[in-house]
Amino acid sequence: MSKIPNEITGKAYVLGDNVDTDQIIPAEYLTFNPAIPEEYKQFGKYALSSVPPAQSGLPKGNIPFHTDDEFVSPYTFIVAGKNFGCGSSREHAPVALDAAGIKVVIAEFYARIFFRNAVNGGYLVPFECSARLCDKVCTGDELKLDVLNCKLHNLTTNEIYPLNPLGEIAPILNAGGIFAYAKQVGMLKS
Amino acid sequence: MPAMTLTEKILAKHAKTDFVEPGQNIWIDVDILMTHDVCGPGTIGVFKKHFGKAAKVWDPKKIVIIPDHYIFTADKMANRNIDVLREFSKEQNLPYYYDVGTESYKGVCHIALPEEGHTRPGEVLLGTDSHTCTAGAFGEFATGIGNTDAGFVMGTGNLWLKVPPTMRFVFEGTLPPYLMAKDLILAVIGDIGCDGATYKAMEFDGPGVFALNMEERMTLCNMVIEAGGKNGVIAPDKVTLDFIDSKNKHKVPYTPVYTDPDAKFIYEKVYDISKLQPVLAKPHSPDNKAFVSEVKGTKLDRAYIGSCTGGKMTDFRAAAKIMHGHSVKIDTFVVPATTEVARGLKTEKMHGKTLEQIFLDAGAKMGEASCAACLGGPSDTFGRLNQAIRCISTTNRNFPGRMGHKEAEVFLASPLTVAASAITGMITDPREYLA
Repeated sequence: MSKIPNEITGKAYVLGDNVDTDQIIPAEYLTFNPAIPEEYKQFGKYALSSVPPAQSGLPKGNIPFHTDDEFVSPYTFIVAGKNFGCGSSREHAPVALDAAGIKVVIAEFYARIFFRNAVNGGYLVPFECSARLCDKVCTGDELKLDVLNCKLHNLTTNEIYPLNPLGEIAPILNAGGIFAYAKQVGMLKS
Repeated sequence: MPAMTLTEKILAKHAKTDFVEPGQNIWIDVDILMTHDVCGPGTIGVFKKHFGKAAKVWDPKKIVIIPDHYIFTADKMANRNIDVLREFSKEQNLPYYYDVGTESYKGVCHIALPEEGHTRPGEVLLGTDSHTCTAGAFGEFATGIGNTDAGFVMGTGNLWLKVPPTMRFVFEGTLPPYLMAKDLILAVIGDIGCDGATYKAMEFDGPGVFALNMEERMTLCNMVIEAGGKNGVIAPDKVTLDFIDSKNKHKVPYTPVYTDPDAKFIYEKVYDISKLQPVLAKPHSPDNKAFVSEVKGTKLDRAYIGSCTGGKMTDFRAAAKIMHGHSVKIDTFVVPATTEVARGLKTEKMHGKTLEQIFLDAGAKMGEASCAACLGGPSDTFGRLNQAIRCISTTNRNFPGRMGHKEAEVFLASPLTVAASAITGMITDPREYLA
């Protein structure tokens, strides 16, 4: 990923609290190597495949993220509750969401290894929101994110939610990940 | 100089500065980078992509590669991943690659690291596995990272980190014989929640901690990630230093570091461990705490004893103490964490029988040293929950799908509780089997 675009639009897929990395990408698919492009795509196919059906696509639930034979989902945003990405350190988790077409996750807060992996790998933008958006946004709502002003516009309900500023991770995300950032700050030779 | 915690002191030293404070972003020098078969191939891919196909790692002696996740499987992709590790280790002349199918094969990385002398007080250990925090038991800063971070470390020996504030958990009193470190850490996680230590260090202190052996201290630090902790740490004492010196065959010098008496903690909680009861975590989260007495009688389909959390000699001694002279009522899987533990099960005796014989006589199934079903894995993994059954396990996580089937239910408990439950086929308080 390179620089974050100023505006991102697309559909929301809503999840609850403590969505752990085993739910995001079950361990049986970790045999694919994300460093190989053809295998990277496979992670998109199995993304979120261990989320219990009742918790999939809230508030109604039982809305699949994508069909079994699709590699990319129709959604651009994940909106979730607390502690998104807890559990294992597998970078395959943000990889799977990226491979499935997710550009932005908005959660109340993240488990730290998922957060680091998302930022340092430059896979997606992990925004935090003090309000509990997973109770306000419905799966399928059309969202428009104004990245610079940290404002999320729900085009379906016409509500606007302020998101927390990206802060210290913005320069890393804007550089495209830790390697590009380390070159910018002189920690790595160009 | 303002006072610092053990974690802050280690990070300051590795950032080549005298003082750091929580919240500060720093670049640190890394002492050991560990990876395994699930994240190693991706890490190697990141390293080669950014440093070039002919690039050399920053220091071959500081990279430890321990395949352990998907070892005894017919899965071709899993086996391919081991080949990637083998070729890379050969190409880079890595002295510490513990290859599958050889005498040097170890099993679970977090237990293998100290056995092979790769953990030392005062150091920074980063590993591509969330349970890397286990090594905090040796008084070092140890935490899990992803492939991109690991690829960066592989090429540079450095990484940026945010200094975490420290929470202190003080264990007062004497641990009763029916409790283990697993009960203590499940109680802590249940109290603070599975996000209660997010971005924070968890330091364990008090006489109850220093009375524990190294393996039990490792169990405490192992599960800090289940509370979201960045690292868990225990100050080194004589027990630590004796252990380290007995394993430090590479004769690497090290300097123990201690928390200053007036260091600041963001949170402090004192437990009287003499009054605690056996604890477990109900499905589907490690913070879903209950006392065993509250759920006893719950019918089970399977028991599992293994993993970095519950597959060490101390864990098997505890299980054997309960299982000796009894038969299991449900499928019971016993998986030593490492080949060294497996040898221990074949040699150490209790009531005139080896521990392995006690398990076999009770009707348990013995597996080979590896992570096995703790994280599900390929469908032919030993002990994997392939159906929606109910299991009690000495492992670390019980999120949906963790041990295989996403509708399976997993209860996390101590080896004593799991062994007692295996005998009755229902959740059982180990006090019923300890005279």
